Amino acid sequence: MTNSSLQQEPATRNGQSPPSAPPDDRFHRALLHDVHPAAWRNPKFAGKYNLIVIGAGPGGITAAREAAALGAKVALIERNFIGGDRLNVGCVPSKAIIRTARLYAEMRNADSVGAQVPGRIGIGFATVMERMQRIQARLSRADSAQRLSEAGVDVYFGEARFAGSDTVEVAGDKLRFRKALIATGARPLTPPIPGLAKAGYLTNENVFNLTECPRRLLVIGGGPLGCELAQAFCRFGSHVIIAQDDPTFLPKEERDAAQVLSDALARDGVEIHLNTTVVGVRLDGTRKIVDLVCAGNTFSVSVDEILAGIGRMPIVEGMNLESAGVRYDTKTGIHINDFLQTSNRRIYAAGDVCLEYKFTHVAEASAHIAVRNALFLGRKRLSALTIPWCTYTDPEIAHIGLYVREAREKDIPIRTFTVLMHDVDRAVTDGEEEGFVKIHVRDGTDRILGATVVARHAGEMINGLSLAITSGIGLRALARVIHTYPTQAEAIKMAADAYNRTRLTPTLKSLTKRWLAW
Amino acid sequence: MAELSAQSDEELLDRFQRAAFGYFLEQYNPENGLVADRSRAGAPASIAVVGFALSCYPVGVERGWMTRADAAARTLVTLRFFCNSSQSGQTDATGYKGFYYHFLDMKTGRRVWQSEVSLIDTTLLLAGVLTASAYFDADTPSENEIRERAEAIYRRIDWQWARGGAATVRQGWKPESGFIHYGWDGYDEAIILYVLGLASPTHPLPEHSYIGWTATYQWENIYDYEFLYAGPLFIHHYSQAWIDFAGIRDRFMREKKSDYFENSRRATYIQREYARRNPFSFKGYNKDCWGITANDGPGFKIQKIDGRKRRFLGYAARGVPYGPDDGTINPCAVLASLPFAPELSLSALRHFCARYPEMIREWKLPSSFNPTLPGDGPSGWVSEGYFGLDQGIMVLMIENYRSRLIWNLMRQCPYVGSGLRRAGFTGGWLS
Repeated sequence: MTNSSLQQEPATRNGQSPPSAPPDDRFHRALLHDVHPAAWRNPKFAGKYNLIVIGAGPGGITAAREAAALGAKVALIERNFIGGDRLNVGCVPSKAIIRTARLYAEMRNADSVGAQVPGRIGIGFATVMERMQRIQARLSRADSAQRLSEAGVDVYFGEARFAGSDTVEVAGDKLRFRKALIATGARPLTPPIPGLAKAGYLTNENVFNLTECPRRLLVIGGGPLGCELAQAFCRFGSHVIIAQDDPTFLPKEERDAAQVLSDALARDGVEIHLNTTVVGVRLDGTRKIVDLVCAGNTFSVSVDEILAGIGRMPIVEGMNLESAGVRYDTKTGIHINDFLQTSNRRIYAAGDVCLEYKFTHVAEASAHIAVRNALFLGRKRLSALTIPWCTYTDPEIAHIGLYVREAREKDIPIRTFTVLMHDVDRAVTDGEEEGFVKIHVRDGTDRILGATVVARHAGEMINGLSLAITSGIGLRALARVIHTYPTQAEAIKMAADAYNRTRLTPTLKSLTKRWLAW
Repeated sequence: MAELSAQSDEELLDRFQRAAFGYFLEQYNPENGLVADRSRAGAPASIAVVGFALSCYPVGVERGWMTRADAAARTLVTLRFFCNSSQSGQTDATGYKGFYYHFLDMKTGRRVWQSEVSLIDTTLLLAGVLTASAYFDADTPSENEIRERAEAIYRRIDWQWARGGAATVRQGWKPESGFIHYGWDGYDEAIILYVLGLASPTHPLPEHSYIGWTATYQWENIYDYEFLYAGPLFIHHYSQAWIDFAGIRDRFMREKKSDYFENSRRATYIQREYARRNPFSFKGYNKDCWGITANDGPGFKIQKIDGRKRRFLGYAARGVPYGPDDGTINPCAVLASLPFAPELSLSALRHFCARYPEMIREWKLPSSFNPTLPGDGPSGWVSEGYFGLDQGIMVLMIENYRSRLIWNLMRQCPYVGSGLRRAGFTGGWLS
């Protein structure tokens, strides 16, 4: 039930041109073979499933595999393509093209690390996208319909629809369950901008189907998706304009992180319009004329394509949730308690369809909890999770735990230890000095409450802090952990060392001085 | 500048302060009291610069650079203008709801550049108005009128409106589009805004608005200094130019066992430490060459210098340590740190005079210079002309260092004390 547009249901890109779909090449055919085989036949099973999972995205696959491994009789129902957003229209394709974009940026800036800039840097957009599809096809193998089936999961393709509190209909079959898990994911929000639908626009569902790099691209929204793709397309040679309603990018992140990102985007050549609202779109031939307002001043830009990245909404429609007694709303999705249980005690939900944090790893973690709670009378709580996340711009911006403002709102005294990446030897030798590590501790203790990392590899670095928080390791203990030199993750130890230095009070220093004098 | 080494610190400061004071005599319109934002021909007035001018006149009197009668006359012209000018909601009025547009035409006093009704710039204007009210305390017709008009201007300001229905104060308002839809986030120059807003006898801000604003503070350990973070140096100067924060603490500072004066001192040390580390290898940066803040810049351009691609900015809020930083130094901000870290500021001033004499004309410091971008001398690029904000903060902070004049005047202002108390400040001179 995850939301994909590989072929069957492409989103409209441009009212004036046919909807786009990926080229029907060998990689795409290989991908389809794995994620929705044309000749697939749904299983036949008359008994009662221990668990029926609706939606074969990361959460659904995790749940189905785990339940099957534990000996449960499991059905997994998918409307479109196995793998969900992650594989088809999300993390995998975006990180694949971001990698290429990063290399182009490095080639242009080769002289900054003492290398010669290649004479001519041509952009082969088709080869960028071909590599992306090759990677999708490769990664689809692990969770192909066939592999899932071999793992003991009954894979069904078709629309899932509840027919009562313990029955789901799919492709004409009625499947009965003891427990069910809804993991249908989310889809892009449609921006309510006059003229946009008629002019046509891109979202994450169809931007990876592009076969040509837009000459001029407007990105609406300065959230993670908007920033990542704005930077990537700029590095591919597009003139990218980004319009963000807020005064900073990534408004949920710390403002210094947003500042570093803003500088990075500007350095890449992205035309930045903060505090700017898109108020209308109209077509002029094949061009899209977009009206924007900033502080009361209206201006227009002319672009070839518009990418909307303003957020995502849960997929809750079409499942007849009412008949199963599952409460939901279209904005926040399925209503759950801390055990991921819906208003029907037999039905659970996990991932984007019910959670604020719409990330692959959160979908997987919540699915894990849901399976334990559903099948083994578990009492694991969603609120016990400490969730890291990362925006894969260059530099990357990763966060875990509390933000300072959240701590202060909760009246928790907080203190931050900051290390600038330009003070980290490996970051300097790598020419990757932009960014910082900030570790927030409860004042008067070394207990880590949260952290933000802005660095070229922040997504890798945040995992060490995630381990520390989850395991209750404080800054004092982190300072004792020997970190390999030289690495960029050494910044974390440097922050811990800074904490240790604050423990050397004047009294203590005086005592040690007297001891040494003696 | 050759004779510098022979001059005492006091003589040196007097020369620079006098030169900076001259800006307000040169850029003043005697018809309405407005003062230009910058010295470039055709520049509009900035209401914040007018606030600095009103605060500088008492300094001029006390230093013997102008007569009290002249200072009072200039002040009165200014206050009459701000009392009588249009506060209609029209797009070319002078203000609205007691606040004023950020930039005004020097001659007509009407809004220019489609600027916003600026809350912080009105606050800086008001700080000057209240400074004048505290200084001109004689029982003479002109000084009585100064105090009456100052009171009228203050009482007319509708601080409650300035929240726009939100918990904290917005940044501005435009007749074309209403409130600017974002507020203040993190520590910035707005303490004085809240203090004066909380103390209003007519339309006061609620106490929770200050709590709401300080909830966005970040207390950070950077380079082994613990402080309330704000990147641009001017943030550590503007409220402090009028209010002596030494020894008085709000809830946040009580929790951190510090105060805003000490915080500005640490911010100065962090600026110096950043310049010593000089992570982006800008020319000139060292222990005596720092001062990274909001100021003029070389303009938006990318240039390859000594084999390295450099990206320069125009007028922008530069900050430490997160940036942006394009190698542009503001020497005025260095002198504005004088009361907090005189040992650093004086050492830097002497370094500027010795190393970059060509940027100092008739003892006036420019808004900024950038040794990384080649120019006519070691200073590299130098900002043209002068900016009122830079000259004004120098005059006030040098004076606070020399005599504490502005701080003492504002201590006498009952609104400052009551605003501080409503914000939760206790201790020190408030006791």
